[in-house]
Amino acid sequence: MFDLFVDLVFQLVQMILVIAIAPLLTGLVRKVKARLLRRRGAPIWQPYLDLHRLSRKEAIVADSATWLFRVAPYLIFASTWVAAALVPTFATGLLFSWAADLIAIVALLGAGRFFLALAGMDVGTSFGGLGASREAMFATLAEPAMITIVFSLALIAGSTQLSTVAAFMASSAVGLRVTLGMSLIALLIVAVAENGRVPVDNPATHLELTMVHEAMILEYSGRHLALFELAAMLKLVLYVSLIACVFAPWGLAIENASIVARLIGGLFYLVKLAVAGVALGVFETSIAKMRVFRVPDFLGAALMLGFLGAMLLFVSRSLK
Amino acid sequence: MTSLGCLLGVDAALLVLSLVAMALSGRRYASAFVYGAALALSLVGLVAAAWYFLTRQTPQDLVLPIGLPWIGAHFRLDALSAFFLGVVHLGATAASLYALGYGRHEPDPERVLPFYAAFLAGMGLVPLADDAYTFLLAWESMSLASWALVMSHHRDPENARAGFVYILMASFGTFALLLAFGLLAGADGAYTFAAMRATAPSTGIAALALALALIGAGSKAGLAPLHVWLPLAHPAAPSHVSALMSGVMTKVAIYAFIRIVFDLIGPADWRWSVPILILGAATGLIGVLHALMEVDLKRVLAYSTVENIGLVFIGLGLALAFKADGMGGAAALAMTAALLHALNHTLFKSLLFFGAGAVLTATGARDMGRLGGLLNKMPLTGLFMLIGCFAISALPPLNGFVSEWLILQAVLLGPLFPQWTLKLLAPTMGAAIALVAALAAACFVRAYGVPFLGRPRGPEAAEAKEVDRFSLTAMGGLATLCALAGLFPGVMIDALKPVVQLTVGMAMPLQSKVPWLSIAPIAEARSSYNGLLVLLFIVIAATLTSFIIHRVASNALRRAPAWDCGFPEPSSATQYTAESFSQPIRRVFGGFVFAARESVDIPRPGQLRPAHLRLVMRDLIWDSLYAPIGLYVGMIATRLNGLQFLTIRQYLSVVFGALVLLLLVLAAGA
Repeated sequence: MFDLFVDLVFQLVQMILVIAIAPLLTGLVRKVKARLLRRRGAPIWQPYLDLHRLSRKEAIVADSATWLFRVAPYLIFASTWVAAALVPTFATGLLFSWAADLIAIVALLGAGRFFLALAGMDVGTSFGGLGASREAMFATLAEPAMITIVFSLALIAGSTQLSTVAAFMASSAVGLRVTLGMSLIALLIVAVAENGRVPVDNPATHLELTMVHEAMILEYSGRHLALFELAAMLKLVLYVSLIACVFAPWGLAIENASIVARLIGGLFYLVKLAVAGVALGVFETSIAKMRVFRVPDFLGAALMLGFLGAMLLFVSRSLK
Repeated sequence: MTSLGCLLGVDAALLVLSLVAMALSGRRYASAFVYGAALALSLVGLVAAAWYFLTRQTPQDLVLPIGLPWIGAHFRLDALSAFFLGVVHLGATAASLYALGYGRHEPDPERVLPFYAAFLAGMGLVPLADDAYTFLLAWESMSLASWALVMSHHRDPENARAGFVYILMASFGTFALLLAFGLLAGADGAYTFAAMRATAPSTGIAALALALALIGAGSKAGLAPLHVWLPLAHPAAPSHVSALMSGVMTKVAIYAFIRIVFDLIGPADWRWSVPILILGAATGLIGVLHALMEVDLKRVLAYSTVENIGLVFIGLGLALAFKADGMGGAAALAMTAALLHALNHTLFKSLLFFGAGAVLTATGARDMGRLGGLLNKMPLTGLFMLIGCFAISALPPLNGFVSEWLILQAVLLGPLFPQWTLKLLAPTMGAAIALVAALAAACFVRAYGVPFLGRPRGPEAAEAKEVDRFSLTAMGGLATLCALAGLFPGVMIDALKPVVQLTVGMAMPLQSKVPWLSIAPIAEARSSYNGLLVLLFIVIAATLTSFIIHRVASNALRRAPAWDCGFPEPSSATQYTAESFSQPIRRVFGGFVFAARESVDIPRPGQLRPAHLRLVMRDLIWDSLYAPIGLYVGMIATRLNGLQFLTIRQYLSVVFGALVLLLLVLAAGA
C-alpha cells in the first residue's frame, strides 16, 4: 500500500515537473539563440511571464467559430500532457506507464495533432487551412518514421513499453549497434519536425509563406493561446525526455529505486534538458529554414533510416 | 428453437418482406412498414447470433429439402459464421433504423424497398450456407439485390455506369468463386463444405483455389486491383445502402475468404501469405491516397473502405503465415486483430455513411466544395461524425486504434518467421500500416474539416437543418459502440476467442485476467494498452486545466470578426478547399501514384485574362488494366458480331462442327 502511494506521488511529481519545467526549456533555447546572435535576449523565465500575461487577457473568438474551437485547446493540451506524463524523465516504472506503450504515446500525439488541424480549419480563414494542410503533409511522413523507430527500439528491448525500453537501454547489455545510430538520427529529424523547429518550421515567424504551427493557431488569443503555447513547450520537453531516456539513460532511476536514486535521477534529468536546450539553440542558429516542399525529402530520409534500421533487426535476430 | 433455425427464419421472413414490399408499392406507409419490419427482423437476427456466439454453443447443422433435387440445401452455424452474422445483423439494424428517417426523402421508394429486404436476406444467408450451391446462390442474390439498389437512381448516367461496372465485376467474382469451389470439390463433385474440409487437395490445386478465392472474395471486398467498382457503386446507392455495402457486404466477402482459406482448403502453406500481404498493403495505400484526392464525400468514404479492407487483409496474411509456420499464438493475435478491425470498420464506416447521408438530406450536396460550417447548423450530426472520423483515423482512445495497435504487435513478432521472405515482408507491412494510418488521419481531417468546419461555401450549406430523430439515434448508437469498443477492447478480444480458435487453432491469452481492464496481447512486460485509463487521464487533465484557468485566469470571452493576419476576407471562397488541402500531399505522393501533372498559366502583367491552374490525374490501375481489357473485349465483340448474320446452312454447320469437337474432347479424355 505504501509502495503504491509512493509510486502515485512520483507519478504526480512527474506530471507537475514536466509542466513546470517546459517554459524554462523554451526560455533557455531562446536565450541561447539570442546570445549566439549577439543579442542580450529576454530573461530565461520570460515564457512564464508570457503565459501569465496571455492567461489574463480576454479570449477573442471569431464569429464563424464552432464549439470545437473552444474545446480544442483543452483537448490538445490534455493529450500532450498525458503523453508527456508517460515518458520516463527521471525514473522508469511510473505508476501508469503500462496504460499506454510507445505506439500509443505516438498515437496520442497524433490525436492532439488531429484536433489541432481541425482547430486551424474551424474559423474558415485561408491561413488556418494552409497550416492544417501542411501539418497534415508533414505528419504523413513523420508518423510512420516514428513508428519504424518504435519497431527498432521494441525489437532491441523486446517490449514496446517505454519504461522497459529505457530500463533495458540503461543496462549494460545494449552495446553499440548500427540500428541504434540510424534510429537516433531518424528520431532527431522527427523531433525537429514535430516540434516545428528550424529548418522545418520557425516558431518565431509570422511570415505567411513559411509558417505552419503558427498558422493553425493564428485565430487564438488569451487563455486559449496560452494553452497552445504551453502544449508546444510540453511537446518539446516530451521529445527531449524521450531521446534522453532511450539514447542517454545515464542516471535514470530504475523501477523501485530508492528516493535518493530518484533525486539523483532528477538532477541528471535537469542536466540533460539543459544540454538539449543549448544544442537545439546552436543547431537552429547554424541552419537555414528550408522551403516547405523540401521538408518531405528531409522527413523521407528519416522514414528511410528508421525503416532500414528496423529491417536490419527483423533480418538479423530471431527474437528473444 | 435453435439459433440456426431462428436465423434462417429471419432470412426467410426478409424474403417474404421483399415480396410484401412489392405489393405495397406506391403506398404512403410502405417505407415505414418495410424499414420497421426489417429493423425488427435484424434485431431478432442480431440477438440470435449473439446468443449463439456468447453462450459458446456447439455447431448446429440443418439440411432442408430445397434447392437442387436429391441434395437439398445444407446450413451450418458455427462460431465463425455467428460472428459475421452478428456483424451483418448489427449493420442491418443500424441501417434500418436510420432508413426510418432517411428513407422518407427517397423520391421513388418502390425501386429501393423490395431490393433492400432481399439484400439483407442475401447477406444473412451467405454465412449460413454449408455447401457450395447454397453459398453461391446466396452470394449471387446478395450481389444482384445490391446491384438493383445501386441502379435505383439509374437515370443519372454516372449511376448507370457504376451499375454496369459493378455487375461485370460481381459476375466475374462469382465465377472465380464457382471455379474455386469446383477445384475444392474435386472430381467426385463433393460440394458440401464438410466434404471439402475432409479432403486436403494437392498443393497445386490448393494454390489455384487460393488465387481464385482471392479474386472472387477480393473483388467483392475491394482488394486492389479489383477495387475499381467499389468507389463507383457504393456512393451511387442511397446512403443507408451505401453504409450496408461498405460496412457489411465487404465483411461478408471477408467471411468468404476466411471460410475458404482458413477452413476449407486444409493445411496452409507460408507462401500463400505473400500475395495476400502484398495485395493488402497495396490496397491500403491505393485506397487512402485516392480517398485523399476525392472531393465527393461519399466517394472519400468508399475509397477509405478499400483502405481498411487492405488492413484487414494484412492481418489475415500475417495470421496465415504464422499459422503455416506453426506459431499458433502469433497467428491468434493477427487473426484477432483482423476480425476486430473488420468489426470496427463496420461500426465507423456505417456511422460515416449515415453522416454523409444526413449531410445530403440537409444540403442536397455531396461535393465538399459546396459545404462548410455544418457543425453550427447540425450540431449532433457533426458531433457523431467527429467521433466516426476520429475512430477511423486510428487514434486512441477509440476503437480504430485498438485493432491497428494489435496488427502492429503482430508485425513485431515478424523476426520469428523462419523464412527470409517473410522476415523482410513483416517490417514492410509495419511501415505500410503506419503510412496508411497517418494518411487516413490526414484524409479524415480533410473530410471533416471541409464540410463541417469553416464557413459555408454555398447557399445550401448556409441553410442546412439538423436531420430527423431516427437518423440521429442510429448515428448516436454507432458512435457509442465505437467508443465502447475502444474503451473495453479486452472484452472484445475475449469474445472473439471461439472464432480465432476455429480458424487458427489457438487463441490469445485471456484478457479479463489482466488487471484494470488493460489489454496485453503477449505479456504485460512486452506491451499493454488501456484505452479507458487514457480517456480518463485526458478527461481529468482537461477538466483540471479548464477549472484552474477559469478560476485563476481571465474568464472573459468576446466574439469578433476573424483576425486572419489583418486581411479582411468577406468571401468564403478564400477558404482552403478540399483540393487545396490535399495539394501538399499530392505533391509528395501524387507524382508516381496518379501521374499527377500540374501546369500553371499566369498572365503577364497588363493582361486582363484570368490565371489558370490545370491538374491532370490518372487512375493508373484503370488505365493500364481495365481500359486495355475493355478495348480488346470490344474488338473481339466487333469481330464476332458477324456470327449474328449467318444463313441457316452456316448455322447448322457450326453446330455440327461444335458437336464433332465435343466428341473429340470426350474421346481424348477417355
